[in-house]
Amino acid sequence: MHETSGRAAATTTRRAFLISATSTGFSMAFLSPRSVAAGNAAAPFEPTIWYEIDRDGIVTVNIIRAEMGQHVGTALARIVADELEVDWASVRLRYVDTDPKWGTMVTGGSWSVWQSFPYLSQAGAAGRIALIDEGAKLLRVAKATCVARNGVVSGAGRSVRYSEIVRRGQLARSYTADEIKVMPIKAAADRRLIGLPASAIDIPAKTTGAARYGLDAQVPGMAYARPKLPPTRNGCKVIAIDDSAALGIPGYLKSMALDDPSGTVPGWVVVCADSFVAANRAADLVKVRWTSGPAANVSEADIQAHGLKLITDTAGGSLVVEDSGVDAAFTSAKSTLERDYTTATVLHFQLEPLNALALQKDGRWEIHTGNQWQSLILPTLAKALGVPEAQVVMRTYLIGGGFGRRLNGDYAVPAALAAKALGRPVKLVWTRADDALFDSPRSPSVQRLRMAFGADGKVTGMQHHATAGWPTQVMVPAFMPKGKNGEPYDPFAISGADHWYTVGAQRVRAVSNDLANSSFRPGWLRSVGPGWTNWALESFMDEAARAADVDPLTFRLRLLGGSGKNGVGGAVRQAQVLQRAADKAGWGSKMPADTGLGIATTFGQERDMPTWCACVARVRVIRSSGVVKVEKLTVVIDAGTIVHPDGALAQVEGASLWGLSMALHEGTEFARGQVRDSNLDTYTPLRMRDVPPMDIEFIASTVPPTGLGEPATTVVGPAIGNAIFAAVGARLRHLPMRPADVLAALKAG
Amino acid sequence: MTTPSTTTFQLNGKPLSVTTSPDTPLLWVIRDVAMLTGTKFGCGIGLCGACTVHLGRRAVRSCITPVSAVAGAQVTTIEGLSADGQHPLQKAWVQTQAPQCGYCQSGQIMQAAALIRRFPNPSDEDIDSVMNGNLCRCMAYVRIRQAIKIAAVEMQGAASHA
Repeated sequence: MHETSGRAAATTTRRAFLISATSTGFSMAFLSPRSVAAGNAAAPFEPTIWYEIDRDGIVTVNIIRAEMGQHVGTALARIVADELEVDWASVRLRYVDTDPKWGTMVTGGSWSVWQSFPYLSQAGAAGRIALIDEGAKLLRVAKATCVARNGVVSGAGRSVRYSEIVRRGQLARSYTADEIKVMPIKAAADRRLIGLPASAIDIPAKTTGAARYGLDAQVPGMAYARPKLPPTRNGCKVIAIDDSAALGIPGYLKSMALDDPSGTVPGWVVVCADSFVAANRAADLVKVRWTSGPAANVSEADIQAHGLKLITDTAGGSLVVEDSGVDAAFTSAKSTLERDYTTATVLHFQLEPLNALALQKDGRWEIHTGNQWQSLILPTLAKALGVPEAQVVMRTYLIGGGFGRRLNGDYAVPAALAAKALGRPVKLVWTRADDALFDSPRSPSVQRLRMAFGADGKVTGMQHHATAGWPTQVMVPAFMPKGKNGEPYDPFAISGADHWYTVGAQRVRAVSNDLANSSFRPGWLRSVGPGWTNWALESFMDEAARAADVDPLTFRLRLLGGSGKNGVGGAVRQAQVLQRAADKAGWGSKMPADTGLGIATTFGQERDMPTWCACVARVRVIRSSGVVKVEKLTVVIDAGTIVHPDGALAQVEGASLWGLSMALHEGTEFARGQVRDSNLDTYTPLRMRDVPPMDIEFIASTVPPTGLGEPATTVVGPAIGNAIFAAVGARLRHLPMRPADVLAALKAG
Repeated sequence: MTTPSTTTFQLNGKPLSVTTSPDTPLLWVIRDVAMLTGTKFGCGIGLCGACTVHLGRRAVRSCITPVSAVAGAQVTTIEGLSADGQHPLQKAWVQTQAPQCGYCQSGQIMQAAALIRRFPNPSDEDIDSVMNGNLCRCMAYVRIRQAIKIAAVEMQGAASHA
């Protein structure tokens, strides 16, 4: 059930692709062998693979999404429980290991609730209907008179608990795909859990030390290992290993060059010992000589210079949006505006360093690790181990920070290879520096935006050209849709540029930075492309507004009228969050000296899953030092139905602060083929002291839910940049905006 | 690397003797010898705070504390902070729903416990200056700050009724 069908990938968009993968999984999943083969009185009621109800009425919901801080299990279980009409206190979560029956296992893209909502609702409804049917029979009343609430079916003044129905009823059910499609879902007004406060089930164990992460995995007899990383991510070969200095380390076992048929970790050496401390020390002493990969001399400046060249050459790349008349609009324009924007490399720096425990047991390989996209890495693991995919299972753990790093499961491969080579279980643990150097960072980017103005200042045309390393091209090329010119593109690396503003004839061009792709492995990092496309777009909108001598809020609202392709329910909802944020933040009010408000708005991750975001940042700039103090962030979000409100708020808090952190505090650069910053001595994410007050609001809505993990990340950076301009007239066009950059812009301004 | 020697200390109120190189970081003794995995490995250089434990009454970074330095001392980890996981800080962490991924939270809570000992009624400034060394990559900072204040109030109330 993995999404490796070339046909589907070639002919559908990524979004449609995911939906089809999911609905396939769904219809198959509904035929549950255990309950079809009923008659077994001890069996729980399991109308779908997504949950079961046991004879005590305990509902266990199977969670196929990674729990990495978003409390996704709680949100998904509440979708099921609401339709199923069960008491929330009787609900348990089961974070499942990999199995083909689950369909695609991926946790990313802010997709989980959006994607799961329809089928989990229908699954819950199916169970409720079956329970009412059987409950009515046990009560000897007409089922039409029965209702289900809190795990009890009642009718004609009598009632029976779900637990009793499970024990006594004839619940065997299976459903055809057509039956599933018409499974009635409750009206929003009848929801009893969705949208109401709830404590996240995963939280208590995270306050006592009991929560188990990949780093906590252990099996008897396991060896520990630490990688000895080659000088570049790609293209290195081991010439010689000299471990003579490590031989004196008590517990040191051996150092091994990995033979990797999957090509995931070329030039890797792992240093094995009977404890992590010994492996760590030994690794420091082991000397390896490599042939260098071609990236050994590549710097950030090289990657950016290459990006600028690619952007300047208008012939290359994929045309993601190509309206007719773009060139004509610019030729006939009364005036035009062109600006370039760049962003630096960003590390995931998830706090739990990469790790994986691999072992062979009962004819199968077990990989114990936290992972966000099991379906992506399983075929690679099988190839690396030389076994069929059915002989590899991934055991699920909590994730000590994902942010997209663990969508790329490359780290599981060397653990598996090491266990195979050593002939015993191996737990491979990265040090922090190892983790940073082996990161799949957010690629640096270069973007060029152009706008054409006609008579009376009307916007008549717009172009957005963006280049960066493309994670999807490197890791899942079959996932790339084709642009209007037939060229494939990475949707993750351009989304956001295809905005909802009505700007006349529009062109969006995505260009793969091949030097980035070959020098490192570009990654999906919280919000991915929208993290840089919106930085450029919303900074540019501000510049365009000022060029047109129009207030930046008014300028945007005029373009968010929602005509044509930006129609009903789209741009209008974006305009609503924008106006709301402006109102809340006192847009237009007089500011103290060197203090300003900046505004930005985005649609989150993707046009067909829009989460409408708006942010007003209030900043004060210290002119002497260039330090930017963020005094307040006002954020308004419309993500449709909010399933788990407090979890949603936490996601927006975290995502907003990620946006702030990437705007002002963190970023690195490549030097000699490696990131320059590999630990907290020089890599400096946001700390508590720099957290501003935040006013976050969700628009009340009952339309289907979209995503929340990433979207707020996209809107904060440009709001801050625009606020800096409002405060002191300095325009920053590169992320991060360091004090030195602010000083330079002040001087230039 | 030096010759292995035996170090004895109290870990969560129980004696523990380990024979290892004296410069072995306390973190790995706690995790891989005592098998108490609530204390986390984050940066290895004492700058993220995920490995924070108490040495006596002080919060220390166990990743840069050699085991030999705790000979004869009392070491407390998140597992030993309270008998039942109901320390006022732990309760406040649940009340505010502070943890996201949760990986840093053992260290945050242990740091906060030391903070409240020193500042029973901490201001935002006290909290920011003491907690600034504890990185939360999910950036749950607002709730951590709020939880510390809630716990401080409860602990002061308990103290005044004692």
